[in-house]
Amino acid sequence: MKILVPVKRVVDFNVKVRVKPDGSGIDLQNVKMAMNPFDEIAVEEALRQKEAGKASEVVLVSVGPAGTAETIRTGLAMGADRGIWVKTDAVPEPLAVAKVLKAIVALEQPGLAILGKQAIDDDANQTGQMLSALLGWSQGTFASKLVIEGDKALVTREVDGGHETIRLRMPAIVTTDLRLNEPRYASLPNIMKAKKKPIDEKTPADLGVDVSPRLKVLKTAEPGARRGGVKVASVGELVGRLKEAGVI
Amino acid sequence: MSAILLLADHDNRTLKDGTARALTAALALGGDLHILVAGKDCGPAAAQAARLAGVSEVLVADSDDYAHHLAEPLAALLVALSGPYETIVAPATALGKNVMPRVAALLDVMQVSDIIKVVSPDTFERPIYAGNAIQTVQATDVKKIVTVRPAAFKATPAGSAVAPIEPVPSSPSSNLSTFVGAELARSERPELTAARIVISGGRAFQSAENFRKYLEPIADKLGAAIGASRAAVDAGYAPNDFQVGQTGKVVAPDLYIACGISGAIQHLAGMKDAKVIVAINKDPEAPIFQVADFGLVGDLFQILPELAKAL
Repeated sequence: MKILVPVKRVVDFNVKVRVKPDGSGIDLQNVKMAMNPFDEIAVEEALRQKEAGKASEVVLVSVGPAGTAETIRTGLAMGADRGIWVKTDAVPEPLAVAKVLKAIVALEQPGLAILGKQAIDDDANQTGQMLSALLGWSQGTFASKLVIEGDKALVTREVDGGHETIRLRMPAIVTTDLRLNEPRYASLPNIMKAKKKPIDEKTPADLGVDVSPRLKVLKTAEPGARRGGVKVASVGELVGRLKEAGVI
Repeated sequence: MSAILLLADHDNRTLKDGTARALTAALALGGDLHILVAGKDCGPAAAQAARLAGVSEVLVADSDDYAHHLAEPLAALLVALSGPYETIVAPATALGKNVMPRVAALLDVMQVSDIIKVVSPDTFERPIYAGNAIQTVQATDVKKIVTVRPAAFKATPAGSAVAPIEPVPSSPSSNLSTFVGAELARSERPELTAARIVISGGRAFQSAENFRKYLEPIADKLGAAIGASRAAVDAGYAPNDFQVGQTGKVVAPDLYIACGISGAIQHLAGMKDAKVIVAINKDPEAPIFQVADFGLVGDLFQILPELAKAL
């Protein structure tokens, strides 16, 4: 069985982004980029399934502009077998990405696709569920555990109030939550090896997918700033202040 | 007049707080508002939905297929019902996040996730980059699929009228997935996302025992919910559903007390809309103090017992 892992290049999670003064978006000039952290967890999970003998090949796919190949390369250095870069300068929305991925699924015929539950740039939390819908597959979102048993996948999900476990008929879509695993670091030999692994290039047009946006972004603004308050000297003073503020 | 369908989040007996909060956003769109309660033996939740102010009809789909809110049958049901509705809304809870993008893709609609403000019936504000920027987006699709951040809206209270309750047929079952089991915490404390006061702990507690021992007495006295930073959850001090932050729960209580939490941007994304923030941390340079109204520098193992006593 092949596992497909879609990955996204995003601003590194340690970077505090700046809104452009004219409100037209986020300033991405000279900002450190990295693989979306949830996607790293997805790559790791796919590799573990392969190492456990449940999968034969791990294929990465990413949709994005120049630089995207670097992100695919990061996953190849972790141990994935090969990559597909769907080149576009547009910033495709989750629905468009799901359509591109559907076309890739038709070409690659994976038995499972593992995606990050959410990208930390647009915080949309949609692509996995949308891909699942377009394919008519089952979905196990926000996974903290994945066990593949024959043609079924047992997924433990993080839900409000705790966990639940569901059984998916495969082929299936799984999206990762934080506790699924801890992604490995790429070793130097594997980084060298990754340079020779193939990355196939395609465009949305090759795949017959229209990636034009459905949402119009009218404005991007700074959130209301919160100013730091005062330091209090003692528990007594803190309790007094909270009573004054009427919150206790 | 346009019609709006709100997907209720509930446990068959009662509506989750997020439903009444998402209702507030849905009512701001202006239109005839229907609520869908899909579940098994969910009459009590439907009756509660019928009493919420502004609701003109409650649709009830009562079937084994919906007992556990699996995404595939619920999405199929919503698509089958979608015809007359211009907008379909759900709270951005674990349920809404799981189901709504599936509905959106089936209807070929680009969803607007996690809105914090309704600007007009097709234009919304939503946070991106862990709340470090707010985007104003206009949906151009014929239908709109929207999820609502519960913490950003007040709950709509019960009104004087009772809306009619209409049963709707269930959609054919797909059997793509089956429910196996759940481990849900039963707590006497308020729901994290609905609590008026939240007290949260971080890695500084050093153990699950300490986490409970030092936080619970204060939570009990204040009637507060308990939250945690990602570090505390990863270390096993607190269960996963306690996590407050960008990818965990987003809260906006009247009072948020952060204990031993440094204040990573991902955590701040989950609590910076609290009315009053208190930070207790031994590091005076911790970033959490930059957003705290009241900061207390010191050892939480001394401060917290003192605080429990003073309340």
